[in-house]
Amino acid sequence: MSITEILFFFLSALAIVSAIMVLVSKNPVYSVLWLVAVFFAISGHYILLNAQFLAIVNMIVYAGAIMVLFLFVIMLMNLNAQSEPQKNMWMKLAGVISGGCFLMVLVSLVRQANELTNKKALTVEGNIGLIKNLGKVLFSDYVVPFEITSVLFLSAMVGAIVIGKKD
Amino acid sequence: MTLLAFDWLLIIEKLVLIAIIVFASLGIALYTTFAERKVAAILQDRPGPERAGPFGLFQPFADGLKLIMKEEIIPSSANRTLFILGPGLAMTAALMTCAVIPWGGTVSLFGREISLQIADINIGILYVFGVVSVGIYGMMIGGWASNNKFSLMAALRGASQAISYELAMSIALIALLMTTGSLSLRTIVEQQMAPGHLWNIAYQPLGFILFFICAMAECNRTPFDLPEAENELNFGYHQEYSSMKLGFYLFSEYVNMIMSSAVMASLYFGGYDIPFFNESVLPQNIAALVGVGALLIKIVIFIFVFMWIRWTIPRFRYDQLMNLGWKSLIPLALVNMLITGAFILARM
Repeated sequence: MSITEILFFFLSALAIVSAIMVLVSKNPVYSVLWLVAVFFAISGHYILLNAQFLAIVNMIVYAGAIMVLFLFVIMLMNLNAQSEPQKNMWMKLAGVISGGCFLMVLVSLVRQANELTNKKALTVEGNIGLIKNLGKVLFSDYVVPFEITSVLFLSAMVGAIVIGKKD
Repeated sequence: MTLLAFDWLLIIEKLVLIAIIVFASLGIALYTTFAERKVAAILQDRPGPERAGPFGLFQPFADGLKLIMKEEIIPSSANRTLFILGPGLAMTAALMTCAVIPWGGTVSLFGREISLQIADINIGILYVFGVVSVGIYGMMIGGWASNNKFSLMAALRGASQAISYELAMSIALIALLMTTGSLSLRTIVEQQMAPGHLWNIAYQPLGFILFFICAMAECNRTPFDLPEAENELNFGYHQEYSSMKLGFYLFSEYVNMIMSSAVMASLYFGGYDIPFFNESVLPQNIAALVGVGALLIKIVIFIFVFMWIRWTIPRFRYDQLMNLGWKSLIPLALVNMLITGAFILARM
């Protein structure tokens, strides 16, 4: 086993276990913290795919900023295991069955897709995720969508400030 | 059968390097607490700690021993797991920054070229930001798990302060990166060492001042120590903590200070570059060691400035803090970025 494989299996196990813990945890604060662990594992996967920029941006934006805001909300609303509504048995069963069906569809799709047969993940060779290449592509080939997206973000920011402002 | 086919020597080399850097950082942090008390004493015209050992040099060990020996109290209504996790996370995040800082050039030992940097990744400075944003969790988890309103308020204050100042900090940094064209800290340092190239402070004076102010806010140093405002919040987010867990929180602040000084020295003050001196005339190993010394001196100067400011300027009010961050620093950083962009465009 090469070090890449060891890291892949470790990170995958970490991601899956953490993702399950997000759902299983009774306390919402625990759920958020497990979700942070999921993001870390996914960042690790990005690094294995040689997409270091995506990995670190995932860490800064999702683990560092968005999850902190989630924590803010949960902590200020004082949600905890007692205040969390408990769903009844039938609801859980229905959720498990429909989720399982969805998983089955996804797995069969991935297994049969023509685009994915005999393909290997570019663990070390792939270099589109490096900041230099990504920047060049974003600012040459995709410059118009990129700029439109940034205007969208800006309007979202302005909107948040307008809503949050006291009259 | 080669079950684990990788360069074991490289791993040993890196482990030794990590151990040295982490313990050296902790040792420096230990004596930074002592220096803080001494500097405070000098600025307030009193002798400061002087009883333990010559000039009071054993004071940090006495302080540490006191913290360890104290009774460990976990409040009965606290969330036990997270209460213990909080200080550990704060400390881990503080120490993780040291991985990308270039502490020196390369040393050749036992026929191996050893770079005095744990990882030279091409997104080095973004890694620092990632780790800083993770460091917020230590504070927030600790504040929430204490199950105390004051702790929670302090943690929220600390987190919102850190997020607000991170923005101005990264915009100030963008202007610098526009001139360097690289995110790797080692490349940035080597560019500054090149003959005919000044330190980045000469090209980015405003950017450095903004970065410095934001770094101070990120480290929760006075005048930005709102999370520890004892006149409003009793003590701060670590109010319920005692013994070594409190020690970890207080200590992580000093480690953060060292790391942010090292980052600033690398970004704006040439890192391990010795001013007005061409290192290439020295033998390689000696040049590397002298370079480490130069970086350490720069770090010590930065830490002194941090302390100087702490014992000179009183704490801001919370609204003043937010106004400064959002209405002064971010526009200034944007202006700085535009000016830098205009200069680069004009020179092309």
